[in-house]
Amino acid sequence: MSTTYEGGNFDVIVIGAGHAGCESALAAARMGCDTLLLTINLDAVAYMPCNPSVGGPAKGHVVREIDALGGEMGRNTDKTYIQMRMLNTGKGPAVHALRAQADKFAYQHEMKKTIENTPNLILRQAMVDELIVEDGVCKGVITQTGARYTAKSVVVTTGTYLRGKIIIGDLQYESGPNNMRPSIRLAQHLKELGFDLVRFKTGTPPRVHKSTIDTSKMEIQPGDEEPRAFSYETTEAIKDQLPCWLTYTNPETHELIEENLHRAPMYSGQIEGTGPRYCPSIEDKVVRFNDKPRHQIFLEPEGRHTEEMYVQGLSTSLPEDVQLGMLRSMAGMENVKMMRPGYAIEYDAIVPTQLWPSLETKLVEGLFTAGQINGTSGYEEAAGQGLMAGINAARKAQGKDPIVLGREEAYIGVLIDDLVTKGTNEPYRLLTSRAEYRLLLRHDNADLRLTDIGHEIGLISEDRYQRFTKKREQVEAEKERLHNTRVRPDNEDVQSVIRETGSPELTEVIDLAQLLRRPELTYDHIHRISPAPEELSAEVREQVEIQVKYDGYIRKSLQQVEKVKKVEEKRIPPTIDYHAISGMSKEAREKLSKIRPLNIGQASRISGVNPADISVLMVYLEQYHRVLARTSE
Amino acid sequence: MDMDTIAAVATPMGEGSIAVIRVSGADAIRIVDQIYRGKQQLSTVDSHTIQYGKLVDPKTDEMVEEVLVAIMKAPRTFTREDVVEVSCHGGFVSVQRVLDLILENGARLAEPGEFTKRAFLNGRIDLSQAEAVIDLIRAKTDRAMKVALGQVEGKLSKLIKSLRQELIEAMAHIEVTLDYPEHDVEDFTQNLLMTKCREVETQIGRLLMTAKQGKILREGISTAIVGRPNVGKSSLLNSLVQEEKAIVTDVAGTTRDVIEEYVNVRGVPLRLIDTAGIRETEDIVEKIGVEKSRQVLQQADLVLLVVNFNEQLKEDDYAIFEAAKGLNVIVIVNKTDLPQHIDMNEVTKHFPNQPLVMTSVREEKGIEMLEEAIAKIFFSGRVQQEDMTYVSNARHIHLLRQAEEAIREAIVGIEGQMPIDMVQIDIKKAWELLGEVIGESVGEDLIDQIFSQFCLGK
Repeated sequence: MSTTYEGGNFDVIVIGAGHAGCESALAAARMGCDTLLLTINLDAVAYMPCNPSVGGPAKGHVVREIDALGGEMGRNTDKTYIQMRMLNTGKGPAVHALRAQADKFAYQHEMKKTIENTPNLILRQAMVDELIVEDGVCKGVITQTGARYTAKSVVVTTGTYLRGKIIIGDLQYESGPNNMRPSIRLAQHLKELGFDLVRFKTGTPPRVHKSTIDTSKMEIQPGDEEPRAFSYETTEAIKDQLPCWLTYTNPETHELIEENLHRAPMYSGQIEGTGPRYCPSIEDKVVRFNDKPRHQIFLEPEGRHTEEMYVQGLSTSLPEDVQLGMLRSMAGMENVKMMRPGYAIEYDAIVPTQLWPSLETKLVEGLFTAGQINGTSGYEEAAGQGLMAGINAARKAQGKDPIVLGREEAYIGVLIDDLVTKGTNEPYRLLTSRAEYRLLLRHDNADLRLTDIGHEIGLISEDRYQRFTKKREQVEAEKERLHNTRVRPDNEDVQSVIRETGSPELTEVIDLAQLLRRPELTYDHIHRISPAPEELSAEVREQVEIQVKYDGYIRKSLQQVEKVKKVEEKRIPPTIDYHAISGMSKEAREKLSKIRPLNIGQASRISGVNPADISVLMVYLEQYHRVLARTSE
Repeated sequence: MDMDTIAAVATPMGEGSIAVIRVSGADAIRIVDQIYRGKQQLSTVDSHTIQYGKLVDPKTDEMVEEVLVAIMKAPRTFTREDVVEVSCHGGFVSVQRVLDLILENGARLAEPGEFTKRAFLNGRIDLSQAEAVIDLIRAKTDRAMKVALGQVEGKLSKLIKSLRQELIEAMAHIEVTLDYPEHDVEDFTQNLLMTKCREVETQIGRLLMTAKQGKILREGISTAIVGRPNVGKSSLLNSLVQEEKAIVTDVAGTTRDVIEEYVNVRGVPLRLIDTAGIRETEDIVEKIGVEKSRQVLQQADLVLLVVNFNEQLKEDDYAIFEAAKGLNVIVIVNKTDLPQHIDMNEVTKHFPNQPLVMTSVREEKGIEMLEEAIAKIFFSGRVQQEDMTYVSNARHIHLLRQAEEAIREAIVGIEGQMPIDMVQIDIKKAWELLGEVIGESVGEDLIDQIFSQFCLGK
């Protein structure tokens, strides 16, 4: 390290300007903190080293939540996408999911511009080598070029840069994503500070030249005719959309892979990192599911102003020549030109159970981590954590309590609680099935769930909040009206609308809410039978329809939440010594000492802690409080 | 953990003439009120009073028990919550029925030590007792675990595991279509899901049926030995008892003035009704034989009807024949060591399809035949012991009922054309409840299943 100099003092420093870092820095700056955002390469701000898409089930929900809390990902996507699709429209509203094909270059530029134009925020190119830690408190960072920056809190978002290593066949070299410089010294430093690190692996497929593929042999995958937006602020949709293309692997592809398995690093033992099950390489898929005659391959444009196409489904670390052979074995790709080879990348992550639910580390006060360093995978998962880490780093700097989202409140809450309570032994991806209250965490109601919080912490403008509260009032009023308006069987106008839907005619007086619950009817039918006194927006109508139609199931979920809430409210003092509690199993004592859950609810979700242990813990806590009360008397 | 309403038997099982079932929690009074019929609604009576009344099954309005109900409102109670204590007859059957009824109507079976725990958490018990409470929870839990594990080993566990596997495969399939909408997995159709749900519903229903049969095995087939005085009832009883030397329990239900004896005949447990009566009438008060027979017949699942080989049929015999008509009867013609005076045609005319056994209890002849006949009746019927899976633990029955309910709601959802992800809520609940029966945790199972069953990736 060169001689150091004083670089300046900040409230919050964010290391890394990927999807987590950008959200962190923007949130902190917008909350009024003097914020410094450091990244190894300024051309890699908000970079998408893997697939050019944002959203999908659970992930798209997270983007909506980020937007409702005042984050950037939704807005930035809406400004730059090349295709937008609502997925799962044939299923229930809870799993409707928006997914955008991103223009990864436009995405980067737009995000960089936003950051550059945000007050209180400085963006600077620098490699951070060390943290300044005094008495277990993080006071700042030191860069490779010798700058000492001090701050009240620091957020680390190193992605796959941390001791990154790229592997293609038998070729290996130290590297961040897509040949960026890796962050080596910081990994060592985190270890020295006492953090437990794990080695994870992920991968990316090759890219090909668009003009060398024959799309006539593929299926077209167009965007929606009426594209929806991620952000509640977006008013204009991008109508000019680009399609994706679908082709398949075939026996020839699989044969080629099998013949070359001995050259695959995954099987020759060169890769030590744990890869994600949900995102296996093509060689992994062929080996594990060898009865499957073909696998889907989607060709996705990387942007509007490039010919590069991303080959989704073909993530691989096989040697370059094998990759080319695989590509050319597929229909429509016979003469394809490969532009970049796919690769596997290994990187260091910290064991996320070392974090509080605020994403502050237990080991070093004032130090927060977010994104892939916490063992997750995916831009959206990173951005969601980045936003929360930024908010909490800012609140720490301002002397305020952290914001922790509940599992019943947001997918972001599920994600962070899973990480800090259960940990993960593979790169963690959000799935809707990870949420026990999936029906409450819908794409459509992210604003109803989170705008109050976003407003309270200062990330939602007054103007937007006004519009939101108006929407909320309209929804409530309209629901009320539907419950209180009755229709009679002798009303021929009503019967004719009902007949039209194929639903049985009325035989008795019922209210409009009951009528709307019939599977054949939508809000539009109700509107025809009895229009609302004032013109309602599409969002309000959608919300009313969902809330009324699925009221029974929603209520069931709310009851579950209510049951669990009581234990979530029972707080555990952080100073508690679990080893002093008799009658608790050894495993439970060790796990609890390590995780240090904040409340009984979190404690009960730790694997290896059984209900009897929780009972014992509750009794002990009661005893603890009484002793405390007695000694203070 | 959460403070819902809990219930459990507060007195030792099978050891007293009166049993107490304790219910504690905010809904305690409401729950018992639903099944109680007495002079006043329990919700209107004063705290710390005792009411006399009947418990009925609200679904059928059938009377279940005569009870005394003590109402104690919070906070002056053991747990500092509303507490209702139901006192009923101490026989195993009645206690179980009352507890079942309370659980069906909204209470949850208490965990070991839970009343004491609540008492402590609500500040009722002194600090010095805290350690004891912890030990109690621990000890009872360990013991309960052992008992529960014993219960679910083997067939029951296997069966539930296979039901869960069915469900989780369907769930994983559904989840994949939700989380990977563009993946080339065919949608799990509503029809297919309906078939699966119905299958599981049937299986759970079958298991719950065995709960009843398991009860028979545990509690015995109530068996009456009838016949006019002096036909050899008493010696038959003695011979059955001696033969097996396997008296299970000897419960004196003093409120009913009946003594029950248990014998095990070739694996079939018989609960012999009114054995005291037999002994009395045989030796002392012969006259009331017929009356007594009529009474015990009312309660019997199996009737051992004894006649005398050595005497002609008398008026009393015919009266008993009449009373036993249509019941599950084994006719025993006793005293074959003596000369025949009985008209066998008359006997077979009355019981043409019932098994008939010739015995000489004195010479120990024919007893084996009788035992065979008993075993045959039991095993050739609905129950085949070897292949049977029994559910007998109250907790398991309760969980299975809830699982059945959840599956039914899933079926209703499918019929109502609800989106598949909502139907999944109930299916998942059923799957979790089944998991609780065999003590399998929820955890990451579903996610694991998704990734092992389907090939997904970017």
